[in-house]
Amino acid sequence: MSGGLYSMQSKEFDKTLDLKSVKPYGDTMNDGKVQLSFTLPVPVGDEAIEAAKQLIKKMGLENPQVVFYKELTSGYTFFNCYGSCVHTVDYTSIYVPKVESGVMDMHQTDEYIKENVGRPLIVVGASTGTDAHTVGIDAIMNMKGYAGHYGLERYEMIEAFNLGSQVPNEEFIAKALELKADALLVSQTVTQKDVHVKNLVELVELLEAEGLRDKVILVCGGPRISHELAKELGYDAGFGMNSYADDVASYIAQEYVKRVSNMNL
Amino acid sequence: MQSKLGLDFKKVDYARELAGKIATEVQAFAEKYSTVAVERTLCRLVGIDGVDENMVPLPNVLVDHIKERGLLGEGALFFIGNAILSEKLTPQEIAERVSMGSLDITKLPIASESEISSALKPVVEESIKKIVDRRERREAYLKNLGEGPRPYLYVIVATGNIYEDVVQAEAAARQGADIIAVIRTTGQSLLDYVPYGATTEGFGGTFATQENFRIMRSALDKTGEELGRYIRLCNYCSGLCMPEIAAMGAFEGLDVMLNDALYGILFRDINMQRTLVDQFFSRVINGFAGVIINTGEDNYLTTADAFDEAHTVLASDFINEQLALIAGLPQSQMGLGHAFEMNPDLENGFIFELAQAQMTREIFPDAPLKYMPPTKFMTGNIFRGHIQDALFNMIGIWTGQGIQLLGMPTEAIHTPFMSDRYLSIENAKYIFSNMRKIGDEMEFKEGGIARQRAAEVIDSAILLLENIDKEGLFSALEKGIFGNVKRPRNGGKGLEGVVEKGINYMNPFVNIMMGGK
Repeated sequence: MSGGLYSMQSKEFDKTLDLKSVKPYGDTMNDGKVQLSFTLPVPVGDEAIEAAKQLIKKMGLENPQVVFYKELTSGYTFFNCYGSCVHTVDYTSIYVPKVESGVMDMHQTDEYIKENVGRPLIVVGASTGTDAHTVGIDAIMNMKGYAGHYGLERYEMIEAFNLGSQVPNEEFIAKALELKADALLVSQTVTQKDVHVKNLVELVELLEAEGLRDKVILVCGGPRISHELAKELGYDAGFGMNSYADDVASYIAQEYVKRVSNMNL
Repeated sequence: MQSKLGLDFKKVDYARELAGKIATEVQAFAEKYSTVAVERTLCRLVGIDGVDENMVPLPNVLVDHIKERGLLGEGALFFIGNAILSEKLTPQEIAERVSMGSLDITKLPIASESEISSALKPVVEESIKKIVDRRERREAYLKNLGEGPRPYLYVIVATGNIYEDVVQAEAAARQGADIIAVIRTTGQSLLDYVPYGATTEGFGGTFATQENFRIMRSALDKTGEELGRYIRLCNYCSGLCMPEIAAMGAFEGLDVMLNDALYGILFRDINMQRTLVDQFFSRVINGFAGVIINTGEDNYLTTADAFDEAHTVLASDFINEQLALIAGLPQSQMGLGHAFEMNPDLENGFIFELAQAQMTREIFPDAPLKYMPPTKFMTGNIFRGHIQDALFNMIGIWTGQGIQLLGMPTEAIHTPFMSDRYLSIENAKYIFSNMRKIGDEMEFKEGGIARQRAAEVIDSAILLLENIDKEGLFSALEKGIFGNVKRPRNGGKGLEGVVEKGINYMNPFVNIMMGGK
């Protein structure tokens, strides 16, 4: 693509940033540049390229460019494309629900629990249902932790029990009762066909049926989990990608203290 | 062979000897026991297939029938052989009658052992012939069509629907894949039966069923003929049905099977006695069927740190090798596992990975080593992920790996799109071609980082193996010496399916498959 280096496209648009109408940024404010790739179930050819361009326009992208295409197998063509987005969003009016607690490091959290709780908090975690992936729960709980963030097992003031993977919800609850858990951590990695949502909801329903829902801090996590989704499903908090043990531990400690002080009022 | 890393092969021999002692002790245990899975496998091998009206597989019906009467220790074949004699029925007809409740095979007059053996003989021979035919069919394909150069490009399909898997697999083969692995649905490893028939609903993968094996194998045969290159099919011989899956794979011409001796114990909390008995028979079958097994050492590193625990991978490779040898599986069918899983922020990480891969290559020179891509530090940044996979591919070609399990830029996001697989295959083919002879050209500096690292890993692996040898594998697993996971001897799933062999127990397949008569 020789035309890419020196774009001769007209740039007759307002180049000042307006947070009330934000659009993607390539190399010039408000140029709206978006890169995307996708596969269409059609054979390679001029018609395929035209189909890709029309589709890009329907997505709200002007000036569609197909910069690369390749037939992956007979009847399926892959495209790399660019376009300029016509849509904008009002950044100033955005509200995203978040876990509203400050993040402390391990020592701060340990100190905080010592001062405000006076005993170790008991945290039971598992990858529940049919999910065989331990990577998420291990990253949060294992002694070693992940990416330089020590896991809950290393916290002096947290007693952490990692039950591993494929733990049925019933067994998870039984173990939580036996260990007198203050907080439950549920990790869900497999999300195909929303199997994680079904499983997460089932746990909440079981806890409610047993009258336990309000007695524990219920937290879920995983690469496709957001705090918003967690709240929707009846959890107290949710942690997605780029969350570490620090985030989870600080939240649990502060939420526990908040609940106890509310009870004392 | 001249070691490029200056490995001390006396130490390697010593490590192998330790692993051999560990494996021998395990085998002494395994030989005394059978399991429901082993007995169901024998049912399948003598031709019992199909399900009852509740979709319960007939091998389960028959084995449960014997188990409920407290007689499983005598083995399914003893009763089946006896019933063939007294009822003049085929094994399949026997199973059907048991299923309908019109026959109790434990209540028939008992014939002599030699009579039962001769009644079984034709059925056993027919089964062996079926497997030999399958094996020869593969060998003929390899001779006539040929195959891709090593490392074989291994990609997964995981749509949940076997027919959709076929579309994805054919596309991948056309793009250059040599091995297609059909990922199993989440949770299948914990089912104590093998589902039946073609399936179109799975989570994160597709049910392993004999019919699904057949559908995919015949699609890949067609694609292979069209491409002039044999395409191998891989599935998962692990979990509670290890040997059954091996038998089904042997009948349907699968080429590669995940088949680790310890994986189920450590990572699926399957009872260790159950797994160690099951793994033996599954490997006997895989060995005889000419199937390349893949071991799962990469899994240690998704939990433990790849730099700190590299020796665990090596120690496990040694143990897997020795257990496989006991089951008659030749080195040329041992896809021992290891992985490129070090933290990308680690300075000189590439050199450490290179040292590990080269060391593994030199220690297991005849094994088609299975090299696993980065997964733990794949972040969703697909652009960086593609580069991580490129570094992994460089080491694969540099150190002559046997099976390169291709990483996907979208690892940690979703099961691969058709285009993800294309990009990954393109990445590997480019690097493999561009760097084809790099390993022949390069040496490792004496006293350099790579040589030192390899020596350290061997020393640590020896310490670990000494420790396991002293404890015995069962006790080492109980104490969490292996992979930092503690598993009680009588805990975990599937223990109720383990049974001590009785005096009438017979399994003629083991002898025949291991080359005896």
